[in-house]
Amino acid sequence: GDFFLMLIRFLRFVFVGIGLPIEASAPAYQSHGTEGSHLTNITNTKKAFPVLAVNYEHVRKPFEIALWILLALLMKLGFHLIPRLSAVVPESCLLIVVGLLVGGLIKVIGEEPPVLDSQLFFLCLLPPIILDAGYFLPIRPFTENVGTILVFAVIGTLWNAFFMGGLLYALCQIESVGLSGVDLLACLLFGSIVSAVDPVAVLAVFEEIHINELVHILVFGESLLNDAVTVVLYNLFEEFSKVGTVTVLDVFLGVVCFFVVSLGGVLVGAIYGFLAAFTSRFTSHTRVIEPLFVFLYSYMAYLSSEMFHLSGIMALIACGVVMRPYVEANISHKSYTTIKYFLKMWSSVSETLIFIFLGVSTVAGPHAWNWTFVITTVILCLVSRVLGVIGLTFIINKFRIVKLTKKDQFIVAYGGLRGAIAFSLGYLLSNSHQMRNLFLTAIITVIFFTVFVQGMTIRPLVELLAVKKKKESKPSINEEIHTEFLDHLLTGVEGVCGHYGHYHWKEKLNRFNKTYVKRWLIAGENFKEPELIAFYRKMELKQAIMMVESGQLPSVLPSTISMQNIQPRAIPRVSKKREEEIRRILRANLQNNKQKMRSRSYSRHTLFDADEEDDVSEVRLRKTKMEMERRVSVMERRVSVMERRVSVMEREGRWRGRVSVMEREGKCDGEGG
Amino acid sequence: MGASQSAGTEHEFQDLADRTGFSLEQIGNINKRFRQLSNNEETLSREDLASIPALDNNPIRAQIINAFFDKRNLHQNETGTVQEIGFEEFLMVMTHFRPAAMGLTEEERENLRREKLRFLFNMHDTDSDGTINLEEYRRVVEELLSKAGTIGQETAKAIADAAMLEVASTTRGKMEPDEFYEGITFENFLQILNTFDIETRMHVRFLHMDTATLRCGKSK
Repeated sequence: GDFFLMLIRFLRFVFVGIGLPIEASAPAYQSHGTEGSHLTNITNTKKAFPVLAVNYEHVRKPFEIALWILLALLMKLGFHLIPRLSAVVPESCLLIVVGLLVGGLIKVIGEEPPVLDSQLFFLCLLPPIILDAGYFLPIRPFTENVGTILVFAVIGTLWNAFFMGGLLYALCQIESVGLSGVDLLACLLFGSIVSAVDPVAVLAVFEEIHINELVHILVFGESLLNDAVTVVLYNLFEEFSKVGTVTVLDVFLGVVCFFVVSLGGVLVGAIYGFLAAFTSRFTSHTRVIEPLFVFLYSYMAYLSSEMFHLSGIMALIACGVVMRPYVEANISHKSYTTIKYFLKMWSSVSETLIFIFLGVSTVAGPHAWNWTFVITTVILCLVSRVLGVIGLTFIINKFRIVKLTKKDQFIVAYGGLRGAIAFSLGYLLSNSHQMRNLFLTAIITVIFFTVFVQGMTIRPLVELLAVKKKKESKPSINEEIHTEFLDHLLTGVEGVCGHYGHYHWKEKLNRFNKTYVKRWLIAGENFKEPELIAFYRKMELKQAIMMVESGQLPSVLPSTISMQNIQPRAIPRVSKKREEEIRRILRANLQNNKQKMRSRSYSRHTLFDADEEDDVSEVRLRKTKMEMERRVSVMERRVSVMERRVSVMEREGRWRGRVSVMEREGKCDGEGG
Repeated sequence: MGASQSAGTEHEFQDLADRTGFSLEQIGNINKRFRQLSNNEETLSREDLASIPALDNNPIRAQIINAFFDKRNLHQNETGTVQEIGFEEFLMVMTHFRPAAMGLTEEERENLRREKLRFLFNMHDTDSDGTINLEEYRRVVEELLSKAGTIGQETAKAIADAAMLEVASTTRGKMEPDEFYEGITFENFLQILNTFDIETRMHVRFLHMDTATLRCGKSK
């Protein structure tokens, strides 16, 4: 900001030299009261009317924010224009480096580089990323592995925090390190900050390696659900380190607090989710603002739970997961696309800004370097993560049907990246902690190590170890049919076996959902629609839109195979006259529709979603027309074939007739003779 | 029920365990359930299965019951159905729902997939001619949507048609307008469900259970 003031001063100098009258540093509508002697003569001397006035203070804050965001996005653009670079180095690393450069630049100019403000981070930058993750969370793999995810998130994080805190305290006891002033609680606090796997970093890195679904959901789910543990541990140790002692009662209250924080967060999120779903039931006349309801209800869920010191991340996830099936049944296709793109856009911008600011803050922040402490922290992070994953997997595999292989374990351990949440929590520590700077330095080093070293090497390691990658598959109606079929089959077999397993409870939940919940939350008659039909309708709509956009059949359906091949029907002979009539009717219908669409007025406040239905019906007409034309051409071929046969038969008939006549004649001759 | 656990039955169970790969404990549990369903008789009939209350709300109930009496699922190379099955046949059908063990080779994994997909295929191919034609597939979709009222029945045809079209397009590519696509063969079936993780999805936990009270216990 001061940089720009300097620029303005420079400009003013230039322009005054040229002679143009320019007024600076005075807001446009306030009275000129600061320029000293000039103004005492204001009634006497008439100043030249300011043609051009520069007023930076007026727009300073939004200008700076917009400029930072623009800079961040231009950087992102730049990376993807350099093909070799983006294939080797993950984007997060590049953005941190850019942040370092920008921070260095600002420092060189002599200004104070801005630090990542924790308030800004937690209230503005983090929610879009989490909402994007929660709204598009793949439900099936998540619920199938929720037990494993919870074990890693809760027990894994607890193990990390205590292992690291304890060993660091032991380290500080050694005389030669020179940190004997650090007490156990401070170390445990530090341990709890550094131990949590960060969702932003995990998303940024895992997005680019396309690992198989199971490992992805394990690491990602863990990074989301460990927020509750982190919140509780952080608050607990922060409180205690002020007091200095811990009693058994405090520990017990801590455990209770954990349950309250996590379940409370989920409850708050679910309530807002149901509210959003209920609201979306009535939006059929105001389609334009539908996406806003989704965003605002989710943000309110986050803020409300932060207000009560509950887990905001879990609230956001719960809200997204709860509202999605009902909202998607109610909103128009355009709103769905809008929601998808806005969420992706906001989360992308947030992620970029977070990494750049991380780089800038590194240059800015007060540092206290202690080799032993920092190096030990990094090593302990790795060691505790590996031990934790191996130990927990050993126990979990006894309960899992699909066991986790060694390769899976390796990726889960290696993918435990730390990120901006750890930094922000460290930054939030009040200055009364004498170790604050040391802790911040150590946190930043750990983040750099995990993001740079682990982030860059995970891709070649995945290739080297030949870990299973994500299967790219288009949505297929056959797969959907068989997914449902398999669900029912397994429920049935469980019934025959006589125990109430997963599928039984899932079936009960589905039935409860269908009879009670959907009735209230889905508009119109849609609540009765089974999933298979909804899926089929969506697929048809997508294909129709693709056809309208490209003007021809999509390549998924090669135009040589049609229903004619699968179920040839005996086509009645259609006379040429009738054929022409049909063609005329179809053409007239298409014309009618086109005219109707043009004559509709466009208003900012209404979006005719009858538009898309019109598109679909036009496409259906086109499809029908093509089908009919194909049938007509087939018919014509058959007709010509039949005509040929008929003529052959006639010829044969004449021949036969002659033969029988000759035979009769012969017989008569024979008999007569 | 306790009286039937004689030394002779133990020996049979061991034999079955070796052949099917279940553990002795699991076979014991399944046997208890068999006796409960068949009212302590030696064989199970369709009526016994049809009376299970848990199956009442299942849309594909009839197909599931038929699958237990289908000779093709009993690891014999015959076709047709039987009226009653003994414990051994019951166990044979259950083997299709065993989860994949750890450390399988690629070939073993492929065989497991084929076995499970063959079970599904047999459920669809009701006339045992080796292909699923349009009528059979339509019936499958209709059954799936049978609980959905009239909306279901109208779109069921369209969905089945679209699905067949998809199979034909992926497996045959190009066809002349005069050619006729007979139906989905087993190889086509394998191809379209290529990305379906059937070996990890199609399994039931054979829990250690107390059939008297039907509570779930720890899994083995």
